[in-house]
Amino acid sequence: MPSKVVTFGPSQPLLLESGKSISPVTIAYQTYGKLNAKKTNVIVICHALTGDQYVIEDNPTTNRPGWWKRLVGKGKPIDIDKYFVICSNVIGGCMGTTGPSSINPKTNKPYALDFPMITINDMVKTQVMLLDHLEIDKVLSVIGGSMGGMQVLEWMTSYPNRIHSAIPIATAAYHSSQNIAFNEVGRQAIMADPEWCEGLYIDKKKRPAKGLSVARMTAHITYLSEVVLEEKFGRKFQDRSSPTFTFDADFQVESYLRHQGSNFVDRFDANSYLYLTRCMDYFDLITENKGVLANAFKDFKSQVCVISFTGDWLFPTSESKRIVHALNASAANVSFVDIESNKGHDAFLLNEPNMLNAIDGFIKAVESKNC
Amino acid sequence: MDIKNNKIKSNSASRVDFVVINNMVEKDSRILDIGCDDGTLLSMLIDSKSVDGRGIEISSSKVNKCLAKGLSVVQGDADSDLVGYPNESFDYVVLSQTIQSMLDPYSTLSELLRVGKKAIVSIPNFGYWRVRTYLSIFGKMPVTPSLPQTWYNTKNIHLCTIKDFLELCEMLDFKIEQAVALDRKGKQISFAKSLWAANLIGEQAVFLLSKK
Repeated sequence: MPSKVVTFGPSQPLLLESGKSISPVTIAYQTYGKLNAKKTNVIVICHALTGDQYVIEDNPTTNRPGWWKRLVGKGKPIDIDKYFVICSNVIGGCMGTTGPSSINPKTNKPYALDFPMITINDMVKTQVMLLDHLEIDKVLSVIGGSMGGMQVLEWMTSYPNRIHSAIPIATAAYHSSQNIAFNEVGRQAIMADPEWCEGLYIDKKKRPAKGLSVARMTAHITYLSEVVLEEKFGRKFQDRSSPTFTFDADFQVESYLRHQGSNFVDRFDANSYLYLTRCMDYFDLITENKGVLANAFKDFKSQVCVISFTGDWLFPTSESKRIVHALNASAANVSFVDIESNKGHDAFLLNEPNMLNAIDGFIKAVESKNC
Repeated sequence: MDIKNNKIKSNSASRVDFVVINNMVEKDSRILDIGCDDGTLLSMLIDSKSVDGRGIEISSSKVNKCLAKGLSVVQGDADSDLVGYPNESFDYVVLSQTIQSMLDPYSTLSELLRVGKKAIVSIPNFGYWRVRTYLSIFGKMPVTPSLPQTWYNTKNIHLCTIKDFLELCEMLDFKIEQAVALDRKGKQISFAKSLWAANLIGEQAVFLLSKK
């Protein structure tokens, strides 16, 4: 099933936080389930850095199952027999929504680095444009993990009256120094690849596959945990019983990472990766609110369920607790659950029954109050 | 007492303190229940007193049970997670049958009356006659229906008697607005007649506290 697409023409430019604007803007999105007559059964899903709008069905690029199939679908906690689910590709992305690989109308060439810098706020603004287009006023819940969770927090601070509830998962109110550092390694790897051509690789018919692949390999390690790596690979050799005394992928973990890297370059645009990681780096609700995070949520009167994972070192539990404490200070209706898991940051994408149960219970309770 | 309360009373005989707590709470107030377990008390207070209720619970599976009931509950513990709450952000902070398992009851009690205008605390009474008898006859740490664990696996590290608790409240300069002792069958025992008797016959006690 191809994406649904809507394009906003010159009369509706996207005004960005940086002061610049983008026009035209195309948003590629997927919907699941049926919108009810009163339009009260809408759930918005915000995808993570390298996610996309294909939540349930096999991804048309990778042919792999939808990334949140365990959570969303018939009979799942986000039951598409009951809810109308919308997930759009973020602005700056590379799965159909306008991004650095889209054609710049001024030059008739891909934007590349002429694409303006985007922020989490811009991403959410784009989602609001889509809701307006679909004539949906208020959504039952907005949910997302990691960079998706940042978007959920942005919804809570910038559009509190358009959501009945929010579920930010494995996320933080700002990108930490360590996380910026990892992102910078990824970006430098891409930029160091001669095939990147100062960002003009599409026009020059090149592809910075090596750089993007290294960026992905580094990032992938941060999504896992020492326990997972040890359990999955240990020091096991790949298709051999002894070292070759070369730089081949002797170890299974090397082979696995190389495989992750090479798969990624087939589905992701290098410049999109630069823009989206930068966008996460700039996210900081604390500084934006003069050091008092509670002020970010002062207009948020709805229910929120914050979820973290004990084994997540990229977006640790302490960061979710910081959000919870701020929400307590602003007297919000906050729930928080810290799921026991050793699977690292990626846990939110995996089969974590306690996470699925928490979301299931929370959404049903929100629905009974608001539907 | 209304029918609903009696029903809860008969369903969980050991938690008759919930009924007493329910009676102490004003309608439409804001309540924080620390150690809210599966949310039974919070649900009861929301149903019968239409309170705006929040909970703190240490176990994630119990938090999940609360979520399914539509309650706003935060996974955490009072030892470290009360810090984020502003002064007097609740009308009542409830700590039922939990103080005896906390690391630092003294600081926790002060925190309760920082975050809440009033605090409701219920305790198992170590001065209860069965507990005293067990200790004096067997010469061993008491194991009773309300204190069912042995000394080495109990979470109750700070057990006290009704008298001990009142002394601590005095030290903290708290005002005892109401005090109710409950016997084995959940019958209320008056403090007014005799503190000595309440401390002997009361298996547990519930206190409504405020700042002097």
